[in-house]
Amino acid sequence: MTRFIARRLVGMIAVLFAVSVIVFVVFMVVPKQNPAQSLAGKNATPLLVKNIEAEWGFDDSLPQQYLTMMKKVFTGELIQYEPRIPVNDKIVEGIPATFSLAIGAAVIWLFFGLLLGYLSAIRAGGWLDRFLTGVSIAGISIPVFLLAPVLLYFLTYKVEIFPNGQYVPFSEDPAEWLNHLILPWFTLAVLSIGFYSRVLRSNMLDVMNEDYVRTARAKGLSERQVMTRHVLRNSLIPVITLFGLDFGATIAGTAIITESIFSIDGVGKYAADAVAKFELPPIMGVALYGAFFVVLVNTVVDVVYAYLDPRVRLGESASK
Amino acid sequence: MSEEANAERGPWALALRRFLRNRLAVAFLGVFLLIVVFVLAAPLWADHVAHTGPNQEHTVEQITVDGEKKDVVTPEGKPIGPQWFNAGGKFFLGADSRLGRDEMVRLMYGGRTSLLVGISAALIATFLAIVLGLLAGYFRGWVDSVIARALDVIWSLPVFLIGLAIGIALAVGGLKIGPLELSSGSLWNPILIISIFTVPYIARPIRGEVLALSKKEFVEAAVAQGAGPLRVMFAEILPNLASTIIVFFTLMIANSMLFEAGLSFLGAGVQPPNSSWGTMITVGVDLLRIQPLLAIAPGFMIMLTVLSLNIVGDALRDALDPRGKARMDAALQFEAQAGTVSRDEGALAP
Repeated sequence: MTRFIARRLVGMIAVLFAVSVIVFVVFMVVPKQNPAQSLAGKNATPLLVKNIEAEWGFDDSLPQQYLTMMKKVFTGELIQYEPRIPVNDKIVEGIPATFSLAIGAAVIWLFFGLLLGYLSAIRAGGWLDRFLTGVSIAGISIPVFLLAPVLLYFLTYKVEIFPNGQYVPFSEDPAEWLNHLILPWFTLAVLSIGFYSRVLRSNMLDVMNEDYVRTARAKGLSERQVMTRHVLRNSLIPVITLFGLDFGATIAGTAIITESIFSIDGVGKYAADAVAKFELPPIMGVALYGAFFVVLVNTVVDVVYAYLDPRVRLGESASK
Repeated sequence: MSEEANAERGPWALALRRFLRNRLAVAFLGVFLLIVVFVLAAPLWADHVAHTGPNQEHTVEQITVDGEKKDVVTPEGKPIGPQWFNAGGKFFLGADSRLGRDEMVRLMYGGRTSLLVGISAALIATFLAIVLGLLAGYFRGWVDSVIARALDVIWSLPVFLIGLAIGIALAVGGLKIGPLELSSGSLWNPILIISIFTVPYIARPIRGEVLALSKKEFVEAAVAQGAGPLRVMFAEILPNLASTIIVFFTLMIANSMLFEAGLSFLGAGVQPPNSSWGTMITVGVDLLRIQPLLAIAPGFMIMLTVLSLNIVGDALRDALDPRGKARMDAALQFEAQAGTVSRDEGALAP
């Protein structure tokens, strides 16, 4: 196990390094335009551009420039230039909203995804299964940038059931926090609900053919006990991995689009606004922090998975 | 292909028969072809029905609707709603914003961009994946290690986030690597970003198949006859990859289109004066309250295109490789994630 963790940590560091190099190359090395000009923004004065050039050391060697960039990002010296605000402050400000959105959505998608998948699997082949399969495929097929406007139009503008986006901190008003987040939660969750129910269903159908399930039946357990204790439990292991990955990926992907459509002031909206205004420093910060977070989550998930399923870690060392 | 009973027919004819038996897939293939015709007809509609271009502004104009004069954009800046055929086909879906551009014309031209980017990115990714997969699977050893590690790294990146960062960096500063030079508004920017980040999705299964195929007797036979590596890779192994490539290429177009739409929606993909369905949604969302179709129509077109490609891709896989269930599950995950995530379970596979 220690060996497995060590291997994963080395892998993680390699990926983090790759991420930072990609960001460095794309922002500093390959652009045709002077990177200082790009960082300064569209309406920058020549003086600001000069200052940025000096500050970022664009005359230094490339490795030195890389170190300067990384130091700036991780010591909180990265600033957006119009208006002059440290990027870290804005990211920290946005974290509660982003996590409220992502965690809430995750709870919803896990609950409904697993429920639908379980129902589908125990009734495999029946009308309920076919109906739920249809629902899942529909859910998987609707992209967020269609679902979000549709929900927003019909449930906020047409029939005023839910408020128009925004984010109310939990500490201020828990009821409003919930009310404002329901639509964004479902927007984010729908895709994963469909996907998780499909995955759980197919896992359960596979597990049902295992010998130990036959044994469980043969020793006289009730169908319910067989399904919950033997089939469901063993089918959940891959879902746990999937969940860890999806959670990170949601924060780094669809949540940005969702926050932007529902005007939720989270990290994603900060990034989306910066993109719209062609401001580079915020993007640089969000991309690096976001990527690091996702890669870290993935590593933790791998380790948890290896802990739950010894075949993984044994397989790793056996193949060496 | 395993149907010995039909041995006298070729495997492709059998696959075609299996595909045609899947009514849903055939219907959705029809839908996809209709979408292609729709976007190809853009100049016809623009010139002969709407009499305007996708970027032509009609800010202070009036049109005649059922004999009445109407502002294309009201003095308050509200664009005209869908006119269907009441204005002779002009502003069929209304105007897009206070600029008063014809939404229908933009939808057709935007679809061209979306499909063009999706198909080009899928072509490039598939090509790179074939080359990398063949090299890694055939030569094994350190070549394989290097390629497989590189693919693993890309696979475990949060591709959408990094793609977003690269997209905006290129949109601001352009690109200059030696002789390769791209302007900041070039369509090549999103195409290259998408294709590079989606390579592992197709390169990994191809590599796996090449690893298996290169141990087969027919490869040994070819080597024994004196075939060099190039001939073995391209003349012996490649034809056996055809069904995998066709299936993944189809799914990859859908995936690339979603990726492009996500990037463009946020402003890091297709740049003006080009527009795509993704950028149209951005414009439409601002006017969602008064003209919901402006955001919903392009979003619906994306969904329809992606859905039809996914259904056709699934059916192709069933038709070409009835035994490929394991790969089906992998591809299901891949579709569901739709270009916005990375998955690392490859690192767990034995």
